[in-house]
Amino acid sequence: MTIQFNDETFYGDFTFKNSDWAIKRFPFPFHEDSYMYSVNMEPHKSYRPGSVFERTFDVDEHYVAEMKDRARVLANDPLRCQSLPHMTLAGWDLVELIMEAKAAEYPDLFELHKDGNRWRWVNKPLGIDDTFTFLDESTLPYGPMEYITRQTQGDFAVLDQRDDNLWMDAGMVTTQADWSLDFDIGMNFFEWHAPVPKANEMGIFVRALKFLLNIQQGQPARRLNWTMTVNPLLDTSPENYHKWGTMKQGLTMENIGEKQHLRVELQTFFRLPRSNALVFPIRCYLIRFEDLVTVPKWARRLHRVIRDLPEELATYKGFIDNRPLMVEYLSQFDDGSPTSDGIWADD
Amino acid sequence: MSKTVFPPSINSRPVYGELEARPGSGHLMIADAEGAEAILDLAKATDKDFWAKAHVIYIPKNTGTKYSSQLEKLGAGQYYAGPSYEAAQSRIRRALQDCHMGTQVYLTGTESLMGQAMAEATAAGIPHTAIQTEHRGSTARRMQCVHCKGITEDVTTDPFECSHCGLSLFVRDHYSRRLAAFQGVRVDAEDPGNIPKKVELFK
Repeated sequence: MTIQFNDETFYGDFTFKNSDWAIKRFPFPFHEDSYMYSVNMEPHKSYRPGSVFERTFDVDEHYVAEMKDRARVLANDPLRCQSLPHMTLAGWDLVELIMEAKAAEYPDLFELHKDGNRWRWVNKPLGIDDTFTFLDESTLPYGPMEYITRQTQGDFAVLDQRDDNLWMDAGMVTTQADWSLDFDIGMNFFEWHAPVPKANEMGIFVRALKFLLNIQQGQPARRLNWTMTVNPLLDTSPENYHKWGTMKQGLTMENIGEKQHLRVELQTFFRLPRSNALVFPIRCYLIRFEDLVTVPKWARRLHRVIRDLPEELATYKGFIDNRPLMVEYLSQFDDGSPTSDGIWADD
Repeated sequence: MSKTVFPPSINSRPVYGELEARPGSGHLMIADAEGAEAILDLAKATDKDFWAKAHVIYIPKNTGTKYSSQLEKLGAGQYYAGPSYEAAQSRIRRALQDCHMGTQVYLTGTESLMGQAMAEATAAGIPHTAIQTEHRGSTARRMQCVHCKGITEDVTTDPFECSHCGLSLFVRDHYSRRLAAFQGVRVDAEDPGNIPKKVELFK
């Protein structure tokens, strides 16, 4: 397989665009015509060749542009990447996990050559060819977590496990759905989820934590989450909310198809072998409404989900003001006919 | 003024207890303003030996000398009254550093004082089981601006102006123990200039 990497931007002129291939493999998150929180975990096993579930760390046409965007965000705000001192070993675990997976699953793009602890890493799309000593920080240009996550799509939360809880003690966060690593670093699982409405009362976090604490090496899990973003802006951070907040204004029936994006997070969870930490990659996929509605099943279903979503959730996800317009736009593509079970488009 | 009862809130918001004298190899007490009352209440059930091993660090804030003479009379081995938390900070760090195994730490007064001293105590390796807290006095909040990262102390209204960048921020209940601060987010980010009227939420 060869991927044609897009030359595109996720800010300013927003030239981000999904090819037909990317639209077809988009991880549509709704398996039925309504949505409520659930602990919707499943094993992160290779599934449906060509889909985003096929590989351990999905690489797609946006890879190079997303990594440029990450470097831009980090230059503006280095606090988006932080690691408390006891998390360095987990960073090395992550280096190993990602390099081994990518080299094995994308041999034409990535190579890993090991000579004892002397490792050579070749990343062809980004033009990187580095030789370093595994577990020796002085041989890398950044800390291990920062080094590898500057080369891997998606945000990364690295969670320490102690006292029967998970602690957000390291992370690389530049494509987030409006949460601040700098504020949340050091928090436990319940603390960093505290602002989420309803889910706590539903017992979601207690069950999710129980599941996550028991994730074993070699048995990663995954789930999908979603929100809405106006313009294909990856960096919807609270830090910059005063700069992007105004983008939510000015949507019309004419421009909503182009400007409004469904934002889906593919969240995966891996146990790390040396540190016993848990790494939680949060990979963001964006699709504009006008591309999404080219899949008739998704168009009908998204209309119904958004129309019937509880008000608290629409508020929390930040689109309560634009919901009426979204529903009006999407209703044009919903003829009321039934939709099949599951997330996949009908063939 | 007695112990404050806060309304139910989200999971990141700290909860406070009631101080009680516990057996310990030493007693480090850090208090501001009305926090003095919690220490004086605790003192009712203690003997002289207890105070010989105590170190009291007190920041009267706007209470003047109302409590300081009473605190001084408790006979603590070490007593210090300082003009501000910032001024007392290096002393607090040193006192925490000097703690021996079994020292009990007592924090009382405003959330700002307790939060900052808690972060210092945790950083110094004091086990959380050896730290007690009790809220007394003002419920004003210590806020971090999520945009410029500046801290604004003693916030009583929602929204409020960031004392660093000047943006109008709304007050969240989301709390970082590391920063000892609640989070403030621009209130008119989506509609600049549309700033709701200030409401006095904290006193």
